[in-house]
Amino acid sequence: MKRFGEMLAERTFLLSALASSSITLAILAFMVFMGLPLMKEGGFFQLLLKPWAPFQGSFGIYPMIVGTGAISFLSLVFAFPLSLGCSFLIGAIGPRPVRRGFRRLIELMTGIPTVIYGFVGIFLLVPIIRELFQQGSGLCILTAALVLGLMITPTMTLFFCDSFDRIPRSFLDAADALGASPVQKLLYVILPSAKKGMLNGVILALGRAVGDTLIALMIAGNAIRVPESVLDPARTLTAHIALVIAADYDSPEFRSIFTCGIVLYLFTMAVTFLVRYLGQAEGRRE
Amino acid sequence: MKRFTLVQLLSVISLLLALCSPAFSDSLDPFKGEKGVLKISGGTAHIPVMKDVAQQIMARNPEIQITIAGGGSGVGIKQVGEGLVNIGNSGRKPTDEEISRYQLLLFQWAIDGVAPVVNPKNRVKGLTKSQMIDIFAGKIGNWKELGGEYRAINVYTRDEASGTREVFWKKGLDKGQITPGAHVVVSNGAMKTAIGQDPYGIGYVSVGHIDKTVASVALDGVVPTNATVQDGSFKIARGLYSNTKGDPAGLTLKFLDFLFTADGKKIIEEHGFIPAK
Repeated sequence: MKRFGEMLAERTFLLSALASSSITLAILAFMVFMGLPLMKEGGFFQLLLKPWAPFQGSFGIYPMIVGTGAISFLSLVFAFPLSLGCSFLIGAIGPRPVRRGFRRLIELMTGIPTVIYGFVGIFLLVPIIRELFQQGSGLCILTAALVLGLMITPTMTLFFCDSFDRIPRSFLDAADALGASPVQKLLYVILPSAKKGMLNGVILALGRAVGDTLIALMIAGNAIRVPESVLDPARTLTAHIALVIAADYDSPEFRSIFTCGIVLYLFTMAVTFLVRYLGQAEGRRE
Repeated sequence: MKRFTLVQLLSVISLLLALCSPAFSDSLDPFKGEKGVLKISGGTAHIPVMKDVAQQIMARNPEIQITIAGGGSGVGIKQVGEGLVNIGNSGRKPTDEEISRYQLLLFQWAIDGVAPVVNPKNRVKGLTKSQMIDIFAGKIGNWKELGGEYRAINVYTRDEASGTREVFWKKGLDKGQITPGAHVVVSNGAMKTAIGQDPYGIGYVSVGHIDKTVASVALDGVVPTNATVQDGSFKIARGLYSNTKGDPAGLTLKFLDFLFTADGKKIIEEHGFIPAK
């Protein structure tokens, strides 16, 4: 009887694992299938490099790829040092009550819906950026990246803290025994051994930044021109999908957003594989 | 004796309540005893009117539930065609192809202008049509050229599914190009927020949506108001449509009928639209 129960559980788990992994692949297949007519017409790579001008029959998504790249990487540039500082305080240097309090606060921050960040950004940050640089509308790559950076900071910080926590106690004890100060301990013991976990945190935060729709839609300005400076408005792939999805089902506009989906999908996949690869390379060296 | 006065008091109160109750008793009568869910989506210009009508109906008939979503004209037509909603609103006439594919029935209940708007702080209060076309094409890039401050013009436009955009592009810009550097917002409300926030922005909204947060711009000397839209001197105008798939029935029909009653027209007027005759 017990064996039967075990077998049943095993089969059930196998089934759910199969289902979730096949759904992931099925989504890619579906997007390729839906995007196929347009890809045949113009060629996939041409679509990636052309501008978006639906009235001239050009459905390229190059400006959106540039926009997504610029906004998400810039947000990472803002978020990384911020998260590093937060995690140092929470994970290593701060006094115990401060550490616990801040950790709770950061955990709370991960739960705030992105629309709230977007709203605050529109009413507080946009006018400041506009008047500070005396140029443009304030709805631009810089503003979106700042807000997005703020949004991904808690995720990144928590990942950093977790990887600090996983360091073997004996390492820290050894450092203490050698008379290391907290800062020395952080720089020479904690950071080197937490590298891999931190890399995971960065990649995951980048994934969140690339995948977020609402902040870019509300703050980045959604212009379809390839941005030339960080003060120019730009459109991300996700915001583009949200804006075009209302178009007619049979229109080439609508079909072209499946190309966006494929690009987003492949990008995420590439990033995931990169993390795996880097992680393995790290493992081999040790 | 004391009991009698209580009855008197109650009857006076109830009489007062009856007198103070909304004056829509006649037009809302058909909804009595109705129940169910009515789903509406689409054009964002329609939303204030839809919300008001729905509130009045639901306040009197708690069994009725009316949900209103935006999305733009394209979404409204698509969703009603696919049977996802009962009424799909559009700020443009659905194309012949859309009408035949989805067997749409059109109810035009108001006329609405689409007016260029700027921030109230902007000194520029009037434009010629060719100036406006050049602004939206990106050929005029600074407010200085129009008598304003020395600051770059930020152009705002709407997404592809917007009926407001289509009408403005056809009748306001004579199908001229809109600069790819233009900011894109997703609803009439979002346009108002964006222009209200940006002292150097220019965009366009439905005339019914204009309030003190934005300033309308006179076009060739004609200030866009209800009066100028109605007498035809302000040219950028369109019908507001509510579309159904096939003949409407039940709650849907009663809702649409209400828009054409005197009380319905009053609500439409209150929101700055011109009720259809």
